[in-house]
Amino acid sequence: MDFLNTHLLTTILFFPVFAALLILFIPNEQVKAIRWTALMTSLVPFILTIILWGRFDSTAAGFQFQEQYSWYEAIHSTFHVGVDGLSLSMVLLTTLLTPLAILASFGIADKVKAYMMLFLFLETGMLGVFLAMDLLIFFVFWEIGLVPMYFLINQWGSPKGERELWAGVKVSARNYASLKFMVYTMAGSLGLLLAIQMLGVLFQNYDLAYLTEQWNALDGNASLLGLTVSQVKTVAFWAFVVAFALKVPVWPFHTWLPDAHTEAPTAGSMILAGVLLKLGAYGFLRLVLPLFPAEAQQYAGWMAFLATMAIVFGAFASYGQTDFKRLVAYSSVNHMGFVLLGIAAAATAIGTKEATIALNGAVLQMFNHGLSAAGMFFLVGVIYERTHTRNLEEFGGLFPLVPVYGGILIFTSMASLGLPGLNGFVSEFMVVQGSFPLLPVYTSLSMIGLLFTGAYILKGVRKILHGPLNEHWAHGEHKLTEINGREIIVMAPLMALILFLGLWPMPLLDVINKAMVLLFH
Amino acid sequence: MQFPIISIIVFTPLVAAVIMLMMSKEAKTEVRVLALAAAVFDLILSGWLYFQVYANPTTAYQFIEKVAWLPILGISYHVGVDGISAPMVLLTGIVMFTGVLISWGVDDRPREFFAFLFLLAGGVFGVFVSLDLFMLFFFYEIAVFPMYLLIAIWGWKVTREYAAMKLTLYLFIGSVFALVGALAMYYANYQMHGVLTFDMLELEKAGFSSAFQYIWFMPVFMGFAVLGGIFPFHNWSPDGHVAAPTAVSMFHAGVLMKLGAFAALRVGIMLLPEGAKQWGWLIFGFAMVNVVYGAFIAMIQTDMKYVIGFSSVSHMGLVSLGFATLNREGMIGASLQMFSHGVMTALFFAAVGMVYDRAHTRQIPELGGMSKPLPWVAVAFIIGSLVSMGMPGFSGFVAEFPIFMGVWQVSSIAAIVASISIVITAAYVLLVVRKAFFGDMPEHLEGHITPIRPLDKVALVTLCLLMITLGTLPGVMVPMVSQGVENVLRILGGA
Amino acid sequence: MNFNLMAVFPELLLLALAVVILVVDPFWKDSNRKNNLGWLATLGLFGVILASLLFAAPAQDQLALGGMVRYDGLGFVFKMLFIFTAAVSSLFFMDSEKLANRAEAYVLLIAATIGMNFMASSTDLVMIYLAIETTSIPMYVLSGFMLDDKRSTEAGFKYLLFGAFTSAIFLYGLSLVYGFSGTTQISDMRGFFGTFNPVSGGLLFLLIVGLGFKISLVPFHFWAPDTYEGAPTPVAGFLSTASKAAGFALLMRLFVMAFPQMAEHWQMLLAVMATLSMTLGNLVALAQTNIKRLLAYSSIAHAGYALVGLVANSKFGIESVVYYLIAYVATNLAAFGIIAVFQKSTGSDEIRAFDGMSRRSPYLGLAMLAAFLSLSGMPPFGGFIAKVLVFAAAMEAGWTWLVIVGVLNSIVGVYYYLTVLKYVYLYRMEGEVEEGHPIHSSRPAVIALSIASLGVIVVGVIFSPWFGMATRAAASLF
Repeated sequence: MDFLNTHLLTTILFFPVFAALLILFIPNEQVKAIRWTALMTSLVPFILTIILWGRFDSTAAGFQFQEQYSWYEAIHSTFHVGVDGLSLSMVLLTTLLTPLAILASFGIADKVKAYMMLFLFLETGMLGVFLAMDLLIFFVFWEIGLVPMYFLINQWGSPKGERELWAGVKVSARNYASLKFMVYTMAGSLGLLLAIQMLGVLFQNYDLAYLTEQWNALDGNASLLGLTVSQVKTVAFWAFVVAFALKVPVWPFHTWLPDAHTEAPTAGSMILAGVLLKLGAYGFLRLVLPLFPAEAQQYAGWMAFLATMAIVFGAFASYGQTDFKRLVAYSSVNHMGFVLLGIAAAATAIGTKEATIALNGAVLQMFNHGLSAAGMFFLVGVIYERTHTRNLEEFGGLFPLVPVYGGILIFTSMASLGLPGLNGFVSEFMVVQGSFPLLPVYTSLSMIGLLFTGAYILKGVRKILHGPLNEHWAHGEHKLTEINGREIIVMAPLMALILFLGLWPMPLLDVINKAMVLLFH
Repeated sequence: MQFPIISIIVFTPLVAAVIMLMMSKEAKTEVRVLALAAAVFDLILSGWLYFQVYANPTTAYQFIEKVAWLPILGISYHVGVDGISAPMVLLTGIVMFTGVLISWGVDDRPREFFAFLFLLAGGVFGVFVSLDLFMLFFFYEIAVFPMYLLIAIWGWKVTREYAAMKLTLYLFIGSVFALVGALAMYYANYQMHGVLTFDMLELEKAGFSSAFQYIWFMPVFMGFAVLGGIFPFHNWSPDGHVAAPTAVSMFHAGVLMKLGAFAALRVGIMLLPEGAKQWGWLIFGFAMVNVVYGAFIAMIQTDMKYVIGFSSVSHMGLVSLGFATLNREGMIGASLQMFSHGVMTALFFAAVGMVYDRAHTRQIPELGGMSKPLPWVAVAFIIGSLVSMGMPGFSGFVAEFPIFMGVWQVSSIAAIVASISIVITAAYVLLVVRKAFFGDMPEHLEGHITPIRPLDKVALVTLCLLMITLGTLPGVMVPMVSQGVENVLRILGGA
Repeated sequence: MNFNLMAVFPELLLLALAVVILVVDPFWKDSNRKNNLGWLATLGLFGVILASLLFAAPAQDQLALGGMVRYDGLGFVFKMLFIFTAAVSSLFFMDSEKLANRAEAYVLLIAATIGMNFMASSTDLVMIYLAIETTSIPMYVLSGFMLDDKRSTEAGFKYLLFGAFTSAIFLYGLSLVYGFSGTTQISDMRGFFGTFNPVSGGLLFLLIVGLGFKISLVPFHFWAPDTYEGAPTPVAGFLSTASKAAGFALLMRLFVMAFPQMAEHWQMLLAVMATLSMTLGNLVALAQTNIKRLLAYSSIAHAGYALVGLVANSKFGIESVVYYLIAYVATNLAAFGIIAVFQKSTGSDEIRAFDGMSRRSPYLGLAMLAAFLSLSGMPPFGGFIAKVLVFAAAMEAGWTWLVIVGVLNSIVGVYYYLTVLKYVYLYRMEGEVEEGHPIHSSRPAVIALSIASLGVIVVGVIFSPWFGMATRAAASLF
């Protein structure tokens, strides 16, 4: 146990890799063994995270459970990990969603071993980003997460459909989506990479705390790489912002998201919406605000504008969809818009009470959206698996056929819609509450988006569950079957948390709030 | 007297080659077994050497052996390794080992094949450990001519004659110009110090005049860099890669091109540091063209081997670029990139060779769905692709990142421009992966793709593991490389 | 007067050997003659080398025999080289049906060797001329030895005509030298050719004509391709190696000892001729389809490379030329030997005929590889170090442009040498299974080829002994 005490974070971080290697040695044919090993081993990080949560001291400033090992001495980068309240909540989200996603993918029958291994690698990639305290390590994990996701979409995505790549070159839709995902994210990472390199060259160090201190201490008029410091900072700021905005994704960088979601396998979508999108928002909070407070303040208006556009257009676009999964995908754009709105608002007045509320809301929204979006995508997957269609027009009146599924769908949709008493309400309310005094115009405009959130979610629910019954699904070989036990087990923790956080968000909010106060005082 | 480990490493392949040539032409299996035994032996020794240097990284050369060869003219057999060359020796050992495994199926005159391959290997080892300029040339040329035969005899029927000749001539031209430069140094040193010596450690201290270095740096550096595939003399390399048989491509891209970059560093930069400073901008510019142009050309190729061939041009451009920065990060990165790229292209060519042997085409549009019958190859190729696009967690990142840091210090614009190549690389390697390994298999190939041999798997796994190890734990190589680079910097600083 | 007979010890032994051959020859039956003759000549020649090394190595450079010859390192090293060449050549003679059972062939070979020995050691104008003629006349005969072969006859005749013509010019040059200096002793001429004027320039030119012919420098090379092609292959081998080396020995001695004050001028003259020889030799070689003609042009080019070392006109330059010649002799002996063996088995000396040769006889292919790579200047074969040395010598003396020319030329060389290897290694016999057409080689040929090929490698890997010899030789001139 002593090892665990001193290496808790690295254990959480690398256990999935270890598990993946374990799975490597299970023969291909032992599909069952592979699935169960994956599930069981993915529970270990979750349990460890619970332990971590228990031991975490939310009142202490700075990072806890720090571990630091020499990694790349020549360029002064160390393997430095630690958690604060912000990353802790994200780690919890990740380790929680991963076992659920794995359980959700028990239906995968093709290349199970590779699938499970990629999933576990993905988990490590995501956790690494949240835990990293070294900019280079941050980037390493940031990129590593890309690869498994690419292959998950590319290989296990829906096999149907064709898209035009360019100039008449046709590729299958999943290829198109995965390529788009890759290209967008890589393009974003490129700016990030260059900015990180520049920081590294300037300070010969990659430690986040050190960098933040040094970077902010630079005289704005001094000359740097042939430009003034403030010019350099502005460029670097936008490089970071674009990289993270692509990941969030913020309008107008969001177009990869619906495609990726539509084509990804169910569990992939769950993780994509549940965790991967949070990486971008996390980047804003962890890097952009601390490193570029002045620039963030200066350009907060622009950020808020983008956030508002994401909220409004996300909602409109979502309403316009006939594909259930695309509808949910655009809803992510809409919901993540609130996260950015909160961040933008906070950027205008770091340290004020409103800003803290907005940030609290934003972080909580990240967590909440993680739960509800994962749930929604899973439910889309459940029905798709049975009907092989996601076209809303082909459903209708299914409630009587599948009452349990219907109930769960309605419950999760309500969380997404922001029904008071469920978690979405709390966080969106806080964001709005914090933002309104700081950015009244944008916040007001966002409310329109909020209105439409209700509209599109109700539309989705109505099209599927209510209205005239589509007889096609009622009997015969197409008879729709009820959600099964495994699937309910996937949903149960999500629903429990949605409800719990909706009624009593304090345990989580407390951690987040203290972290925000300590971070941005 | 200490155990002459370096000499044993260098001469094992040469002796093995001679023994093989004396064996009966019918004894194909025996030849292969001997080849494998020699390769394993060398791999173990070079691994041991590597860890000795790893355990004790210093800026000085280690395991030095010196025997007079032609003392009147100051020619000696003088070998030693430092933090830059030790990884290269290990790389050669690895590529030799995997190359033998991959070539197990060569059935047309395996005796000659392995013998020439081992001559080549011996030459390569010799260059990496040379501390004597004459000896360096001696082994350099030994490494060049077996290439001709290997490509011409066992290469791809369509282009082998042309490619082999082109390659040999390019390399020969480069090396003779470098040789002239070396002779000039030799005499300049004699005039200043009255000592005739080819000893590079002595020549380092010669302190050639600025004007002298200005004149001779370019012939020497470029002469060697031709083998490193530097623009505008990169043309031979993709043709050579494509025409060569698998193991030779592995050697060629994996090790031989490093030879050029390595010798350009050792002789060009370390002996003529002042010249390097004066001409650094031009080398830098050439290397930039390599990096970006190579990537663009790679993107429009349809032959898998050409894709990788041009990607090598691009990646070797990064090596030259790193060296041309003349700063610490750039050089560390370049040295690591040599190793990383060596392993990576060896893997690529091994994988492509396996596909080609079965599908009999390398045209990307004519391939598809290879991951089903050849899952190991597919995974290996994907890992190679990730390395090639500089994905963190793999050796490519560990190598390229410092190079870019070095480039930043020289020119921020250049860093941004060069980084474009990363995106392009990602685009084309993913295209190859997607087209060749996934998607639908053409009907006529259905059922014709036989699984790979266990030996092939050993080779692929070895290479993959190396790249992942270096990528996740840069500490296994970086400290010694930084020590080696410190030495270069000392020379550059003292000039 | 010094009458040290040790100065001509090897020549005396050679003479004795020739006499012995002539005497015992009639006693042998026809069936045995072939073997007996060859072995006697070969072993005898090796015996001469051994005896000379043991007893006749010059301790100190001195004029001997009334100033006719100089008993010095340069002469001695070259003598050993010539006798070695003759020994290996006589092994090849054994393999040739036309030569093997004719005692005259061996005797002529030995006679020519004696002439060469004197070319390398004489220091008197009269002696020099005599030596040249002693060398040339047996070579004319040997070249045209195959009387029933038109090409051979043509070769001998052409060689004779050119030879006679150029030696007349050379003789004229010698007479002028004598006329200006009043002495026939070249070591006494130093002071007489102090300044350059049209006359002394012309005089140099006349001398170069004669010697240029011997070493087949452009533009006095016309005889070489035809003669090499037509002459019996072992003779061509001997002609291209020993005969050329003898020309160089004389050239070096004459120019360095007799005309030191005019060095600048003959250096330039030789540099130009070296350039011409290298360039023309290599470029024309590119177009050849006959292997012997190719080697003829290649040997023209090699004369150019070797001359680069002489142009340096320094001790190191001479050393490098000697080293070059040692390496070149071993290499070209191997090359011509292989062709002789091949020709005997296949009846052809066209390059096309070499298709699939390495499959027909892997070891012959390997020997060919070694020889041709050595010619192209690749390590670990002798050609590499030899080229490096001559270029180094020229660099040292500041002849950078000449080195560049040489370097460019060696690139062209690589091209056509590799092209030949392409036939040997890459191409297949059309519609045949190579294994069904093995190339037979007799034991003497195998021995000779092994010696020559090993020599190529030994010269290319172990430098010190050979360079020591070269140093000893060069020391005699300075």
